[in-house]
Amino acid sequence: MMRCAVIVFPGSNCDSDLYKAANSVEGMEAEYLWYTSESLEGYDAVLLPGGFSYGDALRAGALASQAPVLKALRRAADSGVYILGICNGFQILTECGLLPGALHRNSGLRFICDTVNLEVVNTDICFTSGYSRGAKQIRLPIAHGEGNYTCDTDTLRKLEDNAQIVFRYSGNNPNGSLAGIAGISNSKGNVLGMMPHPERAMAEWMGSSDGRILFESLMMRT
Amino acid sequence: MLKGIVTVSLKQDVLDPQGQAVLHSLQSLGFNEAKNVRIGKSIEVWLEENDSNKAESRLGEMCESLLVNSVIEDYSFEIVEE
Repeated sequence: MMRCAVIVFPGSNCDSDLYKAANSVEGMEAEYLWYTSESLEGYDAVLLPGGFSYGDALRAGALASQAPVLKALRRAADSGVYILGICNGFQILTECGLLPGALHRNSGLRFICDTVNLEVVNTDICFTSGYSRGAKQIRLPIAHGEGNYTCDTDTLRKLEDNAQIVFRYSGNNPNGSLAGIAGISNSKGNVLGMMPHPERAMAEWMGSSDGRILFESLMMRT
Repeated sequence: MLKGIVTVSLKQDVLDPQGQAVLHSLQSLGFNEAKNVRIGKSIEVWLEENDSNKAESRLGEMCESLLVNSVIEDYSFEIVEE
């Protein structure tokens, strides 16, 4: 059984989607963990949900990146625990420095709620191995106002050279994100941050089941 | 009591879509001399401290650790008597 913690911050609002998505995958067991927890001992994966932690005060993800559980999260990342940050979870991962770059205001200024086409650029990490078998073009929902990824040119070069760009928007770039980046990993590949919501694409009746492959890949850990 | 006033701005090479939207509105109001707009923020921090050197170094730490995201933002600050 793969044990997952879904971290709940004040203002998280995709925590129950993520909890249900993970628990719907055979062999995966998720439980909620409050942001004040100081230990992540015993978890194989840590899932950071979307939402508006701390009401996005100061910057999206800035205050959550100082929450007590973040110390344990840094230790977990170092020791190879799988960490997935979705939407606000991605913003928290960049704010705390586990992933490079920053997410700022969408270029069109609007909050975007849509389903978009994505290219799975790297299918070699534990989160995306399942996509190597099928089409690398997938569809996932997005819902964000600050998903415009940016970083300096050196960082972008490193991301490209180390195959850390995991998802790119395909065709239309909805938010002005640099190089169409929708998701990146750390250099080891055990930390993934992404703006699209795989937990909202777990079955055909949701509009797409392409998100399920991500959770199943993680379960297989290949 | 001292007060720190931190001015945070987006780095020059980071696009500012909010500033661009405001620029277009200014121009449509007839302010054609407006050629660029960048929007930042101002953060005031009241400090229980009378030594302005100490206040300065602590405020710098606050900027680096939380108030400013150095990936996309620059900052400057001043310390004033309250």
